[in-house]
Amino acid sequence: MMPVMTLGHRQLWRRRTPLAQWAIWFGWLALGVLFVFSWQVMNENTMWLFVEDAPRQAADLLSRAWPPRWSYLDKLWLPLWDTVNIATLGTALGIVLATPIAFLAARNTTPSATLLRPFALLIIVSSRSINSLIWALLLVAIIGPGLLAGIIAIALRSIGFIGKLLYEAIEEIDETQVEAVRATGASKWQVMDYAVWPQIAPAFAGISVFRWDINIRESTILGLVGAGGIGLQLQSSLSRLAWAEVTVIFIVILATVVLSEWVSARVRAAII
Amino acid sequence: MLRVSSLSKRYKTGDEALHGVSFDLPAGQVVALIGPSGSGKSTLIRCINRLVKPTGGSIEFNGTDVTRLGGRGLRRARRHMGMIFQEYALVERLSVMENVLSGRLGYVPFWRSFLRRFPQADVDKAFALLDRVGLSDQVDKRASALSGGQRQRVGIARALEQDPKLLLVDEPTASLDPKTARQIMRLICEVCRERGLPAIVSLHDVPLAKLFADRIVGLRAGEIVFDGEPGALDTAMLTQIYGEEDWTQIHADDKLEPESDNAQRHQERMAGLT
Repeated sequence: MMPVMTLGHRQLWRRRTPLAQWAIWFGWLALGVLFVFSWQVMNENTMWLFVEDAPRQAADLLSRAWPPRWSYLDKLWLPLWDTVNIATLGTALGIVLATPIAFLAARNTTPSATLLRPFALLIIVSSRSINSLIWALLLVAIIGPGLLAGIIAIALRSIGFIGKLLYEAIEEIDETQVEAVRATGASKWQVMDYAVWPQIAPAFAGISVFRWDINIRESTILGLVGAGGIGLQLQSSLSRLAWAEVTVIFIVILATVVLSEWVSARVRAAII
Repeated sequence: MLRVSSLSKRYKTGDEALHGVSFDLPAGQVVALIGPSGSGKSTLIRCINRLVKPTGGSIEFNGTDVTRLGGRGLRRARRHMGMIFQEYALVERLSVMENVLSGRLGYVPFWRSFLRRFPQADVDKAFALLDRVGLSDQVDKRASALSGGQRQRVGIARALEQDPKLLLVDEPTASLDPKTARQIMRLICEVCRERGLPAIVSLHDVPLAKLFADRIVGLRAGEIVFDGEPGALDTAMLTQIYGEEDWTQIHADDKLEPESDNAQRHQERMAGLT
């Protein structure tokens, strides 16, 4: 990189060298070409007759979905309560499992960087790589349909999320505070309690509430695979093509999610 | 009291921070440790309470070789050495009282410290110390709510709460303004005189060191190049410690070397955590 050039007696300055500038220009050109090419490949199997028909189909569906069948609401309260419980208990279980894993995974608190740390990271990665719907699918097959499968599915997916964010928070703590507490002759657990925990407590609370908020959303669909909650109702209404009921379910889910976001925003604001 | 013999420390990066450092510290003496950034002042202090593990030599503290200790023995030795830090190193989210009481962690079992049920004698002592450093009205505040000078006072109270037999002080004034720096140095020296407490104080401010210390030890590149009374520290000596410079203005200057080498300090600190 030599962005400074001489022209006669004057020194010129550009952000990039001419070579880098051309490379970037060709990069954008290649991206454009790739986009056009991909568009063609993607739409090879699209039947444009159906796409032309789409607005009419959508209007037809909407007309059947409106007005919402509000009487159906009575049947939704219990599944909705189940959904909130799946999310809350699942998050709680996830926190309990994720916290020790986060301490094992953090470079500055792990007892063994060669053995336990990779193990903890593996748990975090595998938990994160599988969607909670897939966890639920597996668990319904293992422990049968119902709330328990949903709770465990939510918990297993939450381990990765909470574990990863928490161990990053642990790695970012101020080591001088840890050093100072250690210098008083404190034991390992006392150092945890007095120097590490106070520093990560706000992050811990924020992450937990944030995950609970996400889990409310995730638990609304777990019923699709039989893991309990409002998703079960959604599935039955969809398969009966009862669009007016589906509308009611969507409205209820929307209201719940908005409420949970409000709660989590308030809690996080109170902590920080 | 404290006998350091041919102490050396080589970091994993290959930097030799200390090389054959030896000195004795008699009871009740306040020693100022001076020297340029990277000369090993912080490393030397951190070797004594083993935040950094030395690679050679021995440190005899009240008859026990600190370099050979580990586990419970090391924690027992540490609780008798109070340490005061440059950037205060208070636990920011704990209250002033909790920070002072953390000086008792080496003495109380885990459950007591976890439940914050410290023996009443410890709490009495904490109140008395906060009164001594002039912070009795700040007991319930969070450490993060205090000013720099106030934080350093809490740091002093925390170190004294340990009932230390030795005070290790690492650049106590580097983050403070000149007036607060003098007040803090005066406070540290006063409590040392009151209790007959020996102290090792690293300072980059030579006039401050000459003003407050009983004895000055000069380090250069990990070796002691001066060890004597403050009066004996003349221009030739300063040149030997810090290198060529016009030292005639030393008494007029308030700050000699205002910047401290943070990267070096960070490296020293990290090495102690392994």
